[in-house]
Amino acid sequence: MDFRDAPDEAEFRTRIRSWLSDRGADIKRSHTDDSYWTFLGQWHQELYDAGFFALTWPERYGGRALPSVYEVIVDEELAAAGAPPKPSLGYLIQGISRHGSEETKDRFLPGLINGRARWCQGFSEPDAGSDLAALRTTAVRDGDEFVINGHKIWTSYSDVADWCLVLARTDPDVPKHKGISAFAVPMQQAGIEQRPLRMINGITTEFGQVSFDDARVPAENMIGRPGEGWPLAMTVVSHEREPAELGFASRYLKMVRELEDRARTAPVIGHRQADELAWAYVQAEMLRLHTARRLSERLDGVTHGPGGSVDKLLMTWAEQAVGHAALSLGCAEAVVGGSGELLDFYLYSRAQSVMGGTSQIQKNIIATRILGLPTS
Amino acid sequence: MDARPTTEQRELVEAADRLGRRLGPGSVGDLDDGERRARLDSALGQAGWRDLRTGTPEAPIASGVEAALVVRSLARRACDVDILGPLLAADLLRSADAPEDEVVRTVAVRADLRGLARIGDQAIAIDAVRATEAIGLDASGTSLVAFAVQERGVDGIDLTRPAVALSPASSWTPLGKPITDGQLRSWTALAVTLTTADLVGSMEGAIELSTGYAKDRRQYGAAIGSYQAVQHLLAEAHTLAEGAASALQHAAWAVDELPDDDALDAAAVAKAYAARAARTVCETAIQVHGGIGNTWECMAHVFLRRVLLSTELFGDDAAHLARLSARRWGGPHGLS
Repeated sequence: MDFRDAPDEAEFRTRIRSWLSDRGADIKRSHTDDSYWTFLGQWHQELYDAGFFALTWPERYGGRALPSVYEVIVDEELAAAGAPPKPSLGYLIQGISRHGSEETKDRFLPGLINGRARWCQGFSEPDAGSDLAALRTTAVRDGDEFVINGHKIWTSYSDVADWCLVLARTDPDVPKHKGISAFAVPMQQAGIEQRPLRMINGITTEFGQVSFDDARVPAENMIGRPGEGWPLAMTVVSHEREPAELGFASRYLKMVRELEDRARTAPVIGHRQADELAWAYVQAEMLRLHTARRLSERLDGVTHGPGGSVDKLLMTWAEQAVGHAALSLGCAEAVVGGSGELLDFYLYSRAQSVMGGTSQIQKNIIATRILGLPTS
Repeated sequence: MDARPTTEQRELVEAADRLGRRLGPGSVGDLDDGERRARLDSALGQAGWRDLRTGTPEAPIASGVEAALVVRSLARRACDVDILGPLLAADLLRSADAPEDEVVRTVAVRADLRGLARIGDQAIAIDAVRATEAIGLDASGTSLVAFAVQERGVDGIDLTRPAVALSPASSWTPLGKPITDGQLRSWTALAVTLTTADLVGSMEGAIELSTGYAKDRRQYGAAIGSYQAVQHLLAEAHTLAEGAASALQHAAWAVDELPDDDALDAAAVAKAYAARAARTVCETAIQVHGGIGNTWECMAHVFLRRVLLSTELFGDDAAHLARLSARRWGGPHGLS
């Protein structure tokens, strides 16, 4: 057991640190600004070209086949430099690589990994949130194509995406989990319209809604077999749940350091604020250490399982503890306008217990699949 | 970075878990079984785990990781045997380069339980099962002394680890070479970490107990564990224990690998997280057991009581959060 960098890891850390310091100050952006979300596409390509993205993916698709622990180094250094985190695409890559054919993988993974093609995820619908298998979007075969009709929501980056990984019902006559298939649908076409959702912190460029009105997709763009949409969705959402995949611990620790800088110079800091701030640090540091433990377990070939739900809950608690500390230190300054950055961080943190599967869904999974409690 | 335990460390956990399952108290009634307790004590002695922190001032024979793994495993079965006190006493003696002998020792803490007692303090010997000496500090805090322990401990908060108040007039003898502030800080990191290990093990034990109960106990024609309201309580408890275990692992590694103040910070993070988590988890265990959970015969309160003592020993969550605030940004200030 050693939490320090091995020599190769230390050399890698030095390299990314010096790249970030040469890269200049315009990488420091707040994720509560709209411009941040539009910058992410360019950021993905820059990171990839410099050799700091897709570290753990096979070389055949443009990855570097390194152990997962290198991802932690990237996350830590990005956060230390105030840069945005790496794009969170690992779960889409997992979905396509686990379920797609060789041909599909060769066709789609390189662009997804190098950032030249941008993707969004068309899973949730207005009437299919936690109960995802109740989705109603349909894909009907028409010659060499499928015709898609329906409505997707909570679609991150739908405004800039070239492709959408769409779940659609291809067989209405079988039980709901069995009749779903997945497609790589080109977004630039007449039958697709997207409009932004404005979130509680005012952001409009993160989430969108997408409507499909006789949109068309070539039959060969189906990912996996007909009816394999549900297993693919489970692969995707279970990976979406891991802080290791997302690098959030570093982002939370960066926010904690900023709050500590404010606390040091604020004229008055009360015991309640101090307690919130220290607790936020403890939560964020715990998440960093938990992530280190999980990534190390992968060295033993521990495959992904329901533990992802534990990780997601820990991540949620950590983000919301940091959100409460931000609120405690920053609410007053936002009363008369101000930058409102801390208030925005707090408001954004409320989504963490919903997105990627609510905390209640995670607890259902932990109770039945880890603790072995009976299903009712 | 590689946060995995080694093969030997995993085997150690398996052995300690086996011991706990075989000889730990399986029920509240077992706590009165002196013969079982004697066999547990003897088996622990044979395993040699109380000696893990003996060695030279430069290096103990085993790291903080091994010590924490043993303490955690024994807590998982609420083992009513002295382990924390002897480990901490051995580490102090090692630091002071005191000669090894056959005397059975524990440590003496101040009456507020937050740190080692000095001569003249109101002091308590923890884990006072077999010990005839409790290690504390002289009045200046620069040398070790051994206080005589003349009475057996009594059950207080904790029914598994008896403690005894030492008379302020109790006799003492000096021990070993002078001990530095740095050595004391390192030792404190170990002490805080081992109480955290006890919290993590106790949480795991409480969760196992109540998960088992939720699978058996039936109401409205079904196991109560099939109801989401109960499932979510237990799922939250499990997640809290996992988070605490991750922070513990790092603190246990840090004891021997990081500079003393950094090791203390790592221990403070783990202890603050685990202390808050453990109280919630044990209260959940009582709630899941319903009325029975509030009776003496249910093991849930045995875990809760153990957690209450380990929380207070060497600083509770509030004390460690205050340390982190002071270290990282100066702490609360400007109050009128």
